[in-house]
Amino acid sequence: MKMVYKKPDVLKDVSFHFCPGCNHGNAHKLVAEAISQLGIQDNCIAVIGVGCGVFLYDYIDVDSLEAPHGRGLAVATGVKRARPERIVFTYQGDGDLAAIGMAETVHAANRGENLTVIFINNTIYGMTGGQMAPTTLLGQIATTAPYGREFQRDGYPIRMAEMLATLEGVAYSTRVAFTTPKQIMDAKKAIKKAFEMQINNMGFSFVEVLSACPTNWNMQPLEALKRVTDEMIPFFPLGTFKERSVSDVL
Amino acid sequence: MTKNKKLVIDFNRCKGCQLCVNFCSKKALALGKKINKLGYRCVILENEDACVSCGICAEICPDAVIEVWRS
Amino acid sequence: MEKLFLRGSEALALGAIDAGLKFYAGYPITPQNDIPEFLSRELHKAGGKFIQAESEVAAINMLLGASACGLRVMTSSSSPGISLMQEGISYLAGSELPAVIVNVTRWGPGLGGIGASQGDYYQATKGGGHGDYYTPVFSPFSVQEMYDLIIKAFDVSDKYRMPVIFLSDVMVSLMKEPVVRKFSKGIKVPEKHWAFGEQKGEMQKIIKSLYLKGHDLEHHNWKLNKRFQEIKEKEVLVDKYQCDDAEIIIVAFGMVARIARTTVDIAREAGIKLGLFRPVTLVPYPEKELEQLAEKCGKYLVVEMNMGQMLYDVQRVLGKDVKIGFYGKPSSYAPTPEELLNKVKELYL
Repeated sequence: MKMVYKKPDVLKDVSFHFCPGCNHGNAHKLVAEAISQLGIQDNCIAVIGVGCGVFLYDYIDVDSLEAPHGRGLAVATGVKRARPERIVFTYQGDGDLAAIGMAETVHAANRGENLTVIFINNTIYGMTGGQMAPTTLLGQIATTAPYGREFQRDGYPIRMAEMLATLEGVAYSTRVAFTTPKQIMDAKKAIKKAFEMQINNMGFSFVEVLSACPTNWNMQPLEALKRVTDEMIPFFPLGTFKERSVSDVL
Repeated sequence: MTKNKKLVIDFNRCKGCQLCVNFCSKKALALGKKINKLGYRCVILENEDACVSCGICAEICPDAVIEVWRS
Repeated sequence: MEKLFLRGSEALALGAIDAGLKFYAGYPITPQNDIPEFLSRELHKAGGKFIQAESEVAAINMLLGASACGLRVMTSSSSPGISLMQEGISYLAGSELPAVIVNVTRWGPGLGGIGASQGDYYQATKGGGHGDYYTPVFSPFSVQEMYDLIIKAFDVSDKYRMPVIFLSDVMVSLMKEPVVRKFSKGIKVPEKHWAFGEQKGEMQKIIKSLYLKGHDLEHHNWKLNKRFQEIKEKEVLVDKYQCDDAEIIIVAFGMVARIARTTVDIAREAGIKLGLFRPVTLVPYPEKELEQLAEKCGKYLVVEMNMGQMLYDVQRVLGKDVKIGFYGKPSSYAPTPEELLNKVKELYL
């Protein structure tokens, strides 16, 4: 018998705590696969944001450091500059990276820190129970926007992948999702590339992952994944917004 | 766990989200009747002959429940 | 060993380098910019890394990352910036990560002003961030102490695996004095086996402060507390000047203590038996030593550049059986030695 798919060893034999149909599980799997395929398990240091992803160290067997909410990219800057030979990645949600951590995110990207950033965008605050995120869509209901997000009061949602792509320091900025088999394969390649960029000292590599959050969207898993297709992708288009192919050595 | 089969399904990891059932182009999967430790009905390979070991079910599964083998 | 003529801030920065500082992140704020500017020129020569962060919030978090990798790390700021760092300091304490945080205290609250102050005593000594933790606090009163104590700060921080606050002030930081550079060849820095090394070891290393299950966090807190009790026993530093036969004792720290030392000299010349009790570590506070004084001396004057902060610690330790006067100058100009002597006379003579 030939093996077609087996979960990578880097993933510990522990059940994920995520809700049924939550794409955090998919993102964790792909990160673990990339680490496994590139053979960097002993080299990686995960800097973990606060949110549903905070338990990454329980699932992926790599050295891990908890960062305060939003500060992941400042902490990762410290880690990478202290130990440049290690592969440092952050795993952050939309509150962590795009709200409270926006300054740290933009500046780490601007400095071109040689880091890999996995950004889970599910247009809502998951762990705290469904409040509005900077990525919540107009009209979307959240517990702190019970009548829906309004432009006048709350502003438009932020497109992080496009915004960061405008900075010189960013080497790779892309957006992926899991709503079709092809998208899953593209997501796999993107996450692996984001790690390869760091290995090749190319600079800041950013993967925005559009995710379903069935519980906080008040939907069933399949319905939630359909929302990613029907509502999220039109506003947050998939694709690569920046990709450096030659290293910028200053 | 089932061995020497096209799919090895970790019964107690499944959360019955049915993403795999939906993604299977051969309609080989379905939600079983038994309830697992987590309190969910686990997916089963209802139609084993239809399965072509494409691996999409394993790829979309958010919980790494399924292992896929091809003979 | 070298004898140099340096500003306090330079002596501090040099001392940090000699102590093995390898990572500095900071943000400019008046009046402490000498420190990052010095390190931006010199730190890389000692094999260390300097970065100007985008904010104090970012700076303290960069320290967290670098400290987790086993490096000796430091940041410096002044009062408003230290307020921004409180979250990070709490996380350092909870994650058992060493770091030295230098506060060159200025006028406050709010934007305040850029004069010298001692208004951050509470923030430094009572755990400025959230949660149940304390940090050792050092208080230098001379350029030599800026050099000596910063080295001690790194040692204590590493030994007990907790952040340490170096509570300086504008006056001591900007004044220039001769200083002996005792460790120009550097010192031996202990290895940190708990930190992230060049590769992952057999066991996964998780550095965190989140403990959700059962009594884990309670045990963690008691563990930290135990270390803190050990610090209280072993790491007290105090300077008693002319206290043995003193009838009146001034209790002061930092810049005020420096001035009060001259007050004691002037008083002694005039036949007044004045002494100075100067805590050098504000945490742990030299409580036993202060209590012992009360056996012979019944009159005290607490002098601080604030509205009364250390005063309450002194009152707590000495109790109601002695007289404790207070002279405070919040966000004001430094007193002269004569001014302090007049206050002593006014109260007690």
